[in-house]
Amino acid sequence: MSRWLPRTYLTLVYLLLYVPIAVLVVFSFNDSRTGYEWGGLSFRWYEALFNNRAMVQAMWNSLWLALSAATVSTLIGALTALALHRYRFRGKQVLNGMLFIVMMSPEIVLAISLLGLFLMVGLQLGYVSLLLAHVTFCLPFVVITVMARLSGFDERLPEAARDLGASDFTMTRTVLIPVIMPALLAGWLLGFTLSLDDVVVSTFVSGPSYEILPLRIYSMVRVGLKPEVNALGTLLLVFSLVMLMLSQWILLRSKR
Amino acid sequence: MATQSDLSCNGLVRRFGAHTAVNNISLDVPAGTFFSILGPSGCGKTTLLRLLAGFDRPNQGDIYIRGERMNDVPPNHRPVNMVFQHLALFPTMSVGDNIGYGLKRRKVPAAERRKLTAEVLEQVGLPGLENRNPMELSGGQRQRVALARCLVLKPTLLLLDEPLGALDLKLREQMKVELKHLQKQFGTTFVYITHDQSEAMVMSDQVAVMKDGRFDQVAPPEELYREPATPFVAGFVGDNNRLGGEVVSLEDNLAQIRLDSGELVRGRVASNEVRPGERAELYVRPESLVFAGSVQNNDYSVMQASVKTTLFDGANSRVEAENSGSLVYARLPQDGSAPALALNSSIKLSWDPRFARVFGADRS
Repeated sequence: MSRWLPRTYLTLVYLLLYVPIAVLVVFSFNDSRTGYEWGGLSFRWYEALFNNRAMVQAMWNSLWLALSAATVSTLIGALTALALHRYRFRGKQVLNGMLFIVMMSPEIVLAISLLGLFLMVGLQLGYVSLLLAHVTFCLPFVVITVMARLSGFDERLPEAARDLGASDFTMTRTVLIPVIMPALLAGWLLGFTLSLDDVVVSTFVSGPSYEILPLRIYSMVRVGLKPEVNALGTLLLVFSLVMLMLSQWILLRSKR
Repeated sequence: MATQSDLSCNGLVRRFGAHTAVNNISLDVPAGTFFSILGPSGCGKTTLLRLLAGFDRPNQGDIYIRGERMNDVPPNHRPVNMVFQHLALFPTMSVGDNIGYGLKRRKVPAAERRKLTAEVLEQVGLPGLENRNPMELSGGQRQRVALARCLVLKPTLLLLDEPLGALDLKLREQMKVELKHLQKQFGTTFVYITHDQSEAMVMSDQVAVMKDGRFDQVAPPEELYREPATPFVAGFVGDNNRLGGEVVSLEDNLAQIRLDSGELVRGRVASNEVRPGERAELYVRPESLVFAGSVQNNDYSVMQASVKTTLFDGANSRVEAENSGSLVYARLPQDGSAPALALNSSIKLSWDPRFARVFGADRS
């Protein structure tokens, strides 16, 4: 009895986590128009998905946006983290705290304020406005991830490198970056995922010229759930799994 | 002031706000010597070492290495390498890449780098460990890798910042001897800082005892031990008994002192402040004290003490006794010559006045 209780509990928790995903994957291969009854195995929804040009375009747009937003925020975030870690200056604590405020503030507030700002400066809503918005909410996550890594960093390592004849630039390239690499990678992935599935901020700051996947799906769902969406969800799932394994592999390799 | 010394400094000063960490230090280290800077923590020795390495700049004074002024030379261009307290091996690189790091910065070709790395690993007793990660090695092995990483560059000067501090006692004893051998083998000038007087004594050719940003005394280990120049050195280097009293008379470099217990004893005058009628402190080492029963010599000074306890520690066994309120330690010889000591029994301790040192009091 006492052995079964924890097992049952754990099984329930994992069922709760994975049943929805499993349903999505299974129904993406369902050869039935209505979507809620099993009609045999089929790849027809994948076919339909790839024939839906607007959908494919939205997917590419989303990937490109996530890629660029994650990269830009990793670059800016890493430099910010280094500055906050290495230098002492007035207002450092305030700047540090302000990162958390952006992270904790409701997305809707950020969305409204960004829209207001873009309209005020007359920025055309599209790729650029989306990129700026996504970098804004990804940035704190990168900074915090990199700072956490730096807090365990031996301050003598840069000095040892300098002592052995390295210039500041060489030291950064050969000692500092390899040490914070796992954090850069983790920050980048975090940014990528955040950007890829953002709906709230994107709804406000996107324009008709640049349609992205989450918004496209959202508008599709409103007129009724098509099984195509299941296929798309499955593809995204596979894609994130591949990304996860890739990052783990890089981390393992850098550790050796 | 260009000299033929490997390292020479004059009037170095480094202040942090109101605190003067390094206060007017001058030193001169001849080529090929093992020079130690010994002092308690907070005496400024790490600051001094960082000035020499180039991580920090002096407010005043000059640093010369082989006659060349180094003040404005950045650390990556000084012919100086440093072994850090916690070694600072690069965790993302193999042992081979750690050692080859400096060579690579000097644009030594890869094949040559591999050869030199293999050679130096051999010399420090770790042949064939190139491909290991430093984190997989033991403390003693890491120590050697850190040394090899510097020595492979053949620096004029090797700075060592308490590198043995992280090792356990047994390994530390072993590394002391090994460091000394490596220094002789490579012929590199070592500047070693430590708060452990035994490390400094065993390894060094010259020891500078540092206190509050200044050098109290710079001398070979034996001279520090036999002829400490200040009460601080007398108390810091080796063990010492300190007895207070009043100077009665001075003759032939020997001072006669009336101890607080009333006994008249003698010791060598070690400072100018010793004047008849004034307070003075007599320092005599536990190993210089003999039990009066075993030696009869009229020149010896004698005092009474009552036994408090005996501290058995093999060759370092000592007796703790009391002489009018102050504790006195004496070495207990383990050759059977020590008398049986009962608690609170009275013993006579005597010493050769030439081995005791007298300093004027109130000059800490």
